[in-house]
Amino acid sequence: MIARGTILTATVIALVPLMLIVYYLLRKGLGSWSTNFFTTDPTGNTFFKSSSIGGIKSAILGTIEIVALASAISIPAGIAIAVWLVEYGKRSWFASTVRFFVDVLTGVPSILFGLFIYIVLIVGTGSTYAGYKGSFALALLMLPVVIRSAEVILLLIPGALRESALALGAPRWRVIFSIVLPTALPGMVTGVLLAIARAAGETAPLLFTAAATLKTNFNLGQFMNSLPVQIYTDVTSPTTAVVDRAWGAALTLVVMILLLNLIARLVSRRSRLA
Amino acid sequence: MSADGPIPETADVEPEELVGKDAPTQPRFRPTRTDAPLAAAPAPPGASAVEARPGMSVKLEKLRAFYGDAEQVKGIDLDFHANEVTAIIGPSGCGKSTMVRCINRMHEEIPGAHAEGSVLLDGLDVYGSSVDVVAVRRAIGMVFQKPNPFPTMSIFDNVAAGLRLSSRARGDLRPKVETALRSAGLWDEVADRLSEPGAGLSGGQQQRLCIARSLAVEPEVILMDEPCSALDPIATLKIEELIDQLKRRVTIVIVTHNMQQAARVADRTAFMLGGELVEVGATQEIFTKPSDPRTEEYVTGKFG
Repeated sequence: MIARGTILTATVIALVPLMLIVYYLLRKGLGSWSTNFFTTDPTGNTFFKSSSIGGIKSAILGTIEIVALASAISIPAGIAIAVWLVEYGKRSWFASTVRFFVDVLTGVPSILFGLFIYIVLIVGTGSTYAGYKGSFALALLMLPVVIRSAEVILLLIPGALRESALALGAPRWRVIFSIVLPTALPGMVTGVLLAIARAAGETAPLLFTAAATLKTNFNLGQFMNSLPVQIYTDVTSPTTAVVDRAWGAALTLVVMILLLNLIARLVSRRSRLA
Repeated sequence: MSADGPIPETADVEPEELVGKDAPTQPRFRPTRTDAPLAAAPAPPGASAVEARPGMSVKLEKLRAFYGDAEQVKGIDLDFHANEVTAIIGPSGCGKSTMVRCINRMHEEIPGAHAEGSVLLDGLDVYGSSVDVVAVRRAIGMVFQKPNPFPTMSIFDNVAAGLRLSSRARGDLRPKVETALRSAGLWDEVADRLSEPGAGLSGGQQQRLCIARSLAVEPEVILMDEPCSALDPIATLKIEELIDQLKRRVTIVIVTHNMQQAARVADRTAFMLGGELVEVGATQEIFTKPSDPRTEEYVTGKFG
């Protein structure tokens, strides 16, 4: 009884900050939501009336573009590395070295990925900020998460399944593509989603790689706005309406990630039944 | 995953180089048999669904198998006659499964494991330097201890998997899938639900599905590694009846812990102990008047 009571109390205490976050997000964020909020770019006129500050269209589209490119780089690469580790590298010294560095990468603070890209692609090339450089920084951040989660799932696939496919006279690459990966797919979706969600919410790697801007932009070679950076700049504003816009943007980000989760779950559930 | 490379066929291999001393003159693998029936005619009641045809013999010569440095199979010479069922019996850890896994070169899939000696399939050494391991496994199918249908695939796709995975899925697969399912005695039970997941079948049905899956690629030999150890007596009986039918078409090697099973299904029985072959002979002989005292002790239940 005592143990149960203690655990219940601890659970309730842990839930309190979570509920508070959701409560404040909804209360403050919903207030600034309007059609205008989603369909206009921020104007930069932050010292005038609240109606003239504009919305967050460029930030929403910028986040989608930057994260899409980052995912396109890191998900195939990460899954390929995980497949190599599980199916080929196994316990060789090289595989262990790769695993060690992946673990190190998982613990690296996100700002370091931004700094790395800043030094290599901006200072190093003498050029300026661009959306794709932000994507590269996020891709580096996502890579270890994708690798580790995919590896765990691949290790769960029973060896007997691989053996029975090999015993049918299937070449190893065929076994991986036709048996191992489809079986692992629903599990890998979860890990990939975690990586995307983490990347979509990161400010630090984007601050000095993609920069902040006002206009909506579909060219990843240009400066690009994003939701986390928009929140970061808005929150430090002295104008109340702009701070409220930060709450609205934060709620938008949370809802976007939630939707992505739901869609992926539906897709993976359907594919498992097929 | 497109761009299928040319699949090397062992038939291209120079026979002279690979043939054992006592082999027939033109040995070759026949991964696809043109004379095999594409679709089984509706079987008259009581008739077998398994088309008779000559299988291939398997001959082990000084076969040794290792896990790292540990020798698990210590030099075995053993003949498996074509179109016969040979049972391998022996206590746990005696190397039965390892020996059988050497026949279709699955042993080497385990990291650090390797085999020495030779395995002659109708005279052709499957360990020959120019033999393609993939072709070996097509010619020598395998059924495992636990039924393991591919979980993402339907019943139909499970049976077709072998053909698809080895890039031989040309034309309509339906007749081949039906023939395989009929041969495995499963057709009548699943004919109306071929698109349902294979994992939804009962354990015994799943194991027969796995047998159908290996039959679909038309192997010459089927290795069975304790195929009934996870099944109930009725499902076991069905598999045993099936084995009796299948030997009309393929050569069967079955590893079993169950001596009654060996006595029921096998034409010949081999007794292994500590990685060595103690004795091999006609099943009745092994169980009634074995020549080695260790065999007698084992079959009468004194140890193991």
